[in-house]
Amino acid sequence: MLGYLVKRIGSMAVTLLVIITLTFFLMHSIPGSPFNEERATSEAVQKNLESYYHLDEPLYVQYFLYLKSVATFDFGPSIKKSSQTVNEMLGRGFPVSFELGMVTLIVAIFSGILLGIIAALRHNGFIDYLAMTVAVLGISVPNFVMATLLIQQLAVTWEILPVATWTSPKHMILPTLALATGPMAIIARLTRASMLEVLTQDYIRTAKAKGLSPVKIVFKHALKNALLPVVTILGSLAASILTGTFVIEKIFAIPGMGKYFVESINQRDYPVIMGTTIFYSTVLIIMLFLVDLAYGILDPRIKLHKKEGK
Amino acid sequence: MALRKHQEPQTQSSIPDDWFVPIKKNESDAEAVVRPSLSYWQDAWRRLLKNKLAMMGLFFLSFLTFMAIFGPIISPHTVDYQDLVNQNLSPSSEHWFGTDELGRDVFTRTWYGARISLFVGIAAALIDFLIGVIYGGIAGYKGGRTDHYMMRVIEVLYGLPYLLVVILISVVMGPSLATIIFALTITGWIGMARIVRGQVLQIKNYEFVLASKTFGTKTGRIIRKNLLPNTMGPIIVQMTLSVPSAIFAEAFLSFLGLGIQAPLASWGSMASDALPVILSGDWWRLFFPAFFISLTMFSFNVLGDGLQDALDPKLRR
Repeated sequence: MLGYLVKRIGSMAVTLLVIITLTFFLMHSIPGSPFNEERATSEAVQKNLESYYHLDEPLYVQYFLYLKSVATFDFGPSIKKSSQTVNEMLGRGFPVSFELGMVTLIVAIFSGILLGIIAALRHNGFIDYLAMTVAVLGISVPNFVMATLLIQQLAVTWEILPVATWTSPKHMILPTLALATGPMAIIARLTRASMLEVLTQDYIRTAKAKGLSPVKIVFKHALKNALLPVVTILGSLAASILTGTFVIEKIFAIPGMGKYFVESINQRDYPVIMGTTIFYSTVLIIMLFLVDLAYGILDPRIKLHKKEGK
Repeated sequence: MALRKHQEPQTQSSIPDDWFVPIKKNESDAEAVVRPSLSYWQDAWRRLLKNKLAMMGLFFLSFLTFMAIFGPIISPHTVDYQDLVNQNLSPSSEHWFGTDELGRDVFTRTWYGARISLFVGIAAALIDFLIGVIYGGIAGYKGGRTDHYMMRVIEVLYGLPYLLVVILISVVMGPSLATIIFALTITGWIGMARIVRGQVLQIKNYEFVLASKTFGTKTGRIIRKNLLPNTMGPIIVQMTLSVPSAIFAEAFLSFLGLGIQAPLASWGSMASDALPVILSGDWWRLFFPAFFISLTMFSFNVLGDGLQDALDPKLRR
C-alpha cells in the first residue's frame, strides 16, 4: 500500500510538473510582451514593469522563479487587473465554483444511480426504454445548449426561475440542472449495465431464494457491486463538470473561477490563465487519485500493492 | 406391457413399398455445414441492421452529411452575406431558418456549421486512430521495458485535463480549424492507444500469431495482418464514440470564442451569438444550431452503442 502511494504521488508530481512547464512555455511562446500593445508607455516605465514581472530575465530564470512561486502557492499578480493577484481571484472564485460543482456532482450521482436501477429492474420494459432514451439524449445535448434551452423555457417563457446569478437556492436550480444532465446520463447508463450483470449472478439468486424483499436485494446486495464501475468514472466526470463550469458560469453570470478563467483568456491575462490552469489541474489530479484510492478500498479484489498479493 | 411387441399401425400397408427410398448416406456429408457460414463482419453487419436505434443514427448521419454537402449549395444565400435590412427575421420562405442580427441566413450558416463539425469530428478521430494504433501497437507488441516506459508517458499525459489543454493551445496558436484539430488530437489519441495496447497484449500470445512467427513473418506484417484485423472491433467503436466528443469540444471552444471565427459559422459560435437574443424571443437563432449539434452527437452515440453490441464477439449468436 505504501509503495503504491509513493509511486502514485510521484506520478502525480510528474504530471503537475509537465502541466506547469507546458503552460509556462506555451504562454511565453506567444510573440510580444503583454505591455507593448495598448497605451504607449515611456521607456523607463516599460523597464520598471518588465523588471517587476521579471520579464527582463532570461527565460529559464523566469521558469525557475515561477516554479518557486508556484511551489509556495503564489501565482503572482494579474497583468490586466493591476490591483489584484491571481490568488485573490482564485480565493474569491473557488468557493462559488466548488459549490456549483459539488451540488452538480451530488445531483448527478443520486439521480443517475436511481434512474439506472429503475431501468435495470424493468429491463426491456417501457420505463427502461424511456430512461435510456432520456439518458442518450442527456449525453447528446451539450451543456451550453442545455443551459440556453432551460433559460429559454423555464426562465423566459414560463418565468418560473430566475435567469442568472448565484444568490439564492432558487438561482442555483437552472445552472445545476444544465450541468448535471450529461453526467447523470452517463451514470444512469453505466449503473443500468452493471446492475443487469450483477442481477444474474448466483448470490442474487440465493438472496431471492432466501425470501429477501426486492428492496433489500437491490440496495443491500446488488448495488454494492453494481456501483464499482460508476466509481471508476467519477474522476473523469469530475473533470467534465469542472470544465463545464466555464460555460455555465459564463452563461449564468456566476462569479466563479470559470468566469475569471474565460475572462482572462479573452483578455490574454497570462498570469491568470497560468494560475487557473495549474490550480484546475491540481484539483483534477487530486480527484483522480482519490477515486483510485476509493476504488481500491471498495473492491477487495483489487490489490493496490500487487507484489504482496498472490 | 412394456415387453409387448410394437404393433404396426394398420395404415402402414396402404403405403406402397416403392415410396420408401433409402437416402444416400455419405461419410463426408455428415460433416458438411448446411447453413451458409457468416464471417465476423457479415454477422456484425447483420446484427447492426437489426438494431433500430443504430440504424436511425446511421440514417440521420447520412442525412446530415448530405445536407452538409448540399445545404449551402441549394441555399440562395451565402454564409457571410450581411443584409442589414433583413435583421433577425423569423423563418420564412425566403430565409428557411430565419436570419441573425447581421441579416445573415441561418439555414446556410447551419449547414456550413455542419461541415465544420463533421470535418473536425472525423479528422480528429482519424488522427487519433493513426497515432493510437501505432503507439498502442508498439507498446503492446514489444511488451516488457518498452511497454513499461511507454505506459508511464501515457499515465502522465492521461492526468492532463483534456479541455484545459485544448483551450491553452487555442489561446497560444490563435483560433483556426487546424489549431482545433491539433489541440483535440494532442491528448485525444491516448484512449485509442490504451485500447489497442490491451487488445494486442492479449492477442499476441494466441497460437496463430505464434505460428506466423514460426514461419519467420516480419514484425510489421504480423502487426498489420494478424493483430490489427482482430482488434478492429473495439477500435471502430472507440473511433465512433470519439467523434461526438471532438464535435462537442469544437462547439465548446467556439462557444467560448476560441474556435471558428466570424464571418465563418460553427454550431458552437452560432449558439454563443444567439445567447443575448433568446430573451427577446428569437428562438430560431438558438434552436437550429442547438438541434442539429444534438442530433449529430445523438446519432454518433447510438451508432457507437450499436456497433459495440454488434462487434462484441461474446454476444455473437
